[in-house]
Amino acid sequence: MGRYLIRRTLFMVLVLFIVSLFTFIIFMKLPAGDPARRLAGSRATTPQELQAIRHSIGLDEPLLVQYGRFAKGLIPWPGFFLNKQVYFSWANNVPVSEEIYSRLPYTITLSLGAAAVFLVVGIPIGIISAIKRRSFVDRAGMVFALIGVSAPVFWLAYLMLYFFWFKLGWLPGIGVPAGEPILKSIALGRFILPWFALAFTFAAFYTRMIRGNLIETMSEDYIRTARAKGLSERRVIFKHGLRAALTPVVTMFGLDLATLLGGAVITETVFNIPGIGQYTLQAIFGGNFPGVMGVTVLAAFFIVIANLVVDVLYAFLDPRVRYT
Amino acid sequence: MAEPLLEVKDLTVHFPTEDGLVKAVDGISFSLAPGETLGVVGESGSGKSVSFLTVMGLIHSDQAVIEGEVIFQGQDLLKLPAEEMRNIRGARISMIFQDPMTSLHPYYKVGTQISEAVRTHQKVSKKEAHDQAVEMLRKVGIPRPDERAKQYPHEFSGGMRQRAMIAMALSLNPDLLIADEPTTALDVTVQAQILDLIDRLKQEFNAAVVIITHDLGVVAEHCDAIQVMYAGKAVEFGGRRDIYYGSHHPYTWGLLRSIARLDEDSKERLHPIKGLPPSLINVPPGCAFNPRCPYVMDICRTETPALLPSDGHHASACHLSLADKERILKEEVMARS
Repeated sequence: MGRYLIRRTLFMVLVLFIVSLFTFIIFMKLPAGDPARRLAGSRATTPQELQAIRHSIGLDEPLLVQYGRFAKGLIPWPGFFLNKQVYFSWANNVPVSEEIYSRLPYTITLSLGAAAVFLVVGIPIGIISAIKRRSFVDRAGMVFALIGVSAPVFWLAYLMLYFFWFKLGWLPGIGVPAGEPILKSIALGRFILPWFALAFTFAAFYTRMIRGNLIETMSEDYIRTARAKGLSERRVIFKHGLRAALTPVVTMFGLDLATLLGGAVITETVFNIPGIGQYTLQAIFGGNFPGVMGVTVLAAFFIVIANLVVDVLYAFLDPRVRYT
Repeated sequence: MAEPLLEVKDLTVHFPTEDGLVKAVDGISFSLAPGETLGVVGESGSGKSVSFLTVMGLIHSDQAVIEGEVIFQGQDLLKLPAEEMRNIRGARISMIFQDPMTSLHPYYKVGTQISEAVRTHQKVSKKEAHDQAVEMLRKVGIPRPDERAKQYPHEFSGGMRQRAMIAMALSLNPDLLIADEPTTALDVTVQAQILDLIDRLKQEFNAAVVIITHDLGVVAEHCDAIQVMYAGKAVEFGGRRDIYYGSHHPYTWGLLRSIARLDEDSKERLHPIKGLPPSLINVPPGCAFNPRCPYVMDICRTETPALLPSDGHHASACHLSLADKERILKEEVMARS
């Protein structure tokens, strides 16, 4: 296990290196035109001003030196990590680390809440659909799942806002004020609509996955053995069926949660939540490369960590899995 | 004959499907005395597994139309409420299956799976149930049973897994053990060991045994009586000797001819039965075996032969006259072996 973890960690470093390199190339090198010009925006600029911008962010240095500076800022060591000399917003000089630290709690709140919602909704509906296959409940569950996987988040979000805020007035509308303590925002119900809007598609997806897994598991030979032992159907389903049907769900859940933590761009934008996703969008449109680099590597980091955690967890969930 | 342990009367199991009615079991009757071993022989799709899954109550009435009677120790199991059937299943009737690789739950320890069966039917502590499981593993010949009980199925070989399945099935001292193709998935050398084990434990636990198989060779030494099934019906029933040396049905002859023999030095090929078993949706009219039967007559295509006794409890369902059967048996079937 120890050697396995070391190998996986080295591999993680490699992946993050490649991600950062590609982000750099895609953002700095591929777009036609001058990055300094883009940064200057629509302002009329003299060549002197452009040169000044270029110099201030190091665009006049060789490409490798430029990348090296950003890469150094990704080394998780005090003084290097997201250092303010490199990782500051080109638009307004705010350090990227400050942005990320202040925005991460919003994204974490949004992600964990949505994850709780889609698990609490998806798992039971999936189980009931599988057990009561072809019944009315199953059909209703599958219609829900079909709508869920087809409905775009922004459409759903506006639909929910229209009914629950505008028409019924049950829930607060758009906006989580950045100054307000986050616990207060939660208590005021500001996150409820975003949670459900974001969770809906996932809930639908998990419903289908769990239903499929459980139906497949229930046709396994060892389920017949469990029934032949004289176990109650409840025990057959919940002890023998679910144990096998839910194990692969752990993998999916880990990766989905990691993806959400990287920033739910659309949901955060629609509901005006000052999270990572919103910042990502601002950084891209503002030509703010350090910001883009920071959030991209952060998102990639969540994914590789989730991958590792899920794989290690598997060794405990499935006795057949061993790591060496 | 003593009071039968199990008496099946005119059992039919029909599955309605989109393509039509699948007549998996189409009117079979037999009885089994306490401590007796019955072999049920037939090709895939002859209804042998389905009929005994029905006896176990593992075919649900919402999947299939089940008719007839399954009388076990004086009770009609088909009329029992689900809850009472559950108390019988695993305790008084238990079953082992074809593929021990997939019949044990991959995520639970072998000992746990056995003690779960014990605890389902007996009010005992976890510790006692575990001790019983270890004791059962010892009885089925698994070395170091206390260590093995803590292992997972994937750490067992195929033969060991089937032994563990047998340990589980016998852990509640059932009156009837149904073994559905217990050796099909195993190596030949292991097959004999498992069958001998079933024989030995049957004596020790004083249980009746049903061995379901497609291989007449398997049941030869181990069964008191044999039922041959074809297309959902019993075509021949008799004692072991009746079937091996005095069979009265062309299908059984076909099965006998297709057994490979090691003691034969001739370079003779095996004689497979020509053709395929019929679709159970579209069973041929008359005798279901008629399209494949070398001795087919006109009557075979229109009238279904009844399972009629010739002597004692040897019975066959075939339109050939007894004299013809004896002649063909002597000249064509036995001459070869």
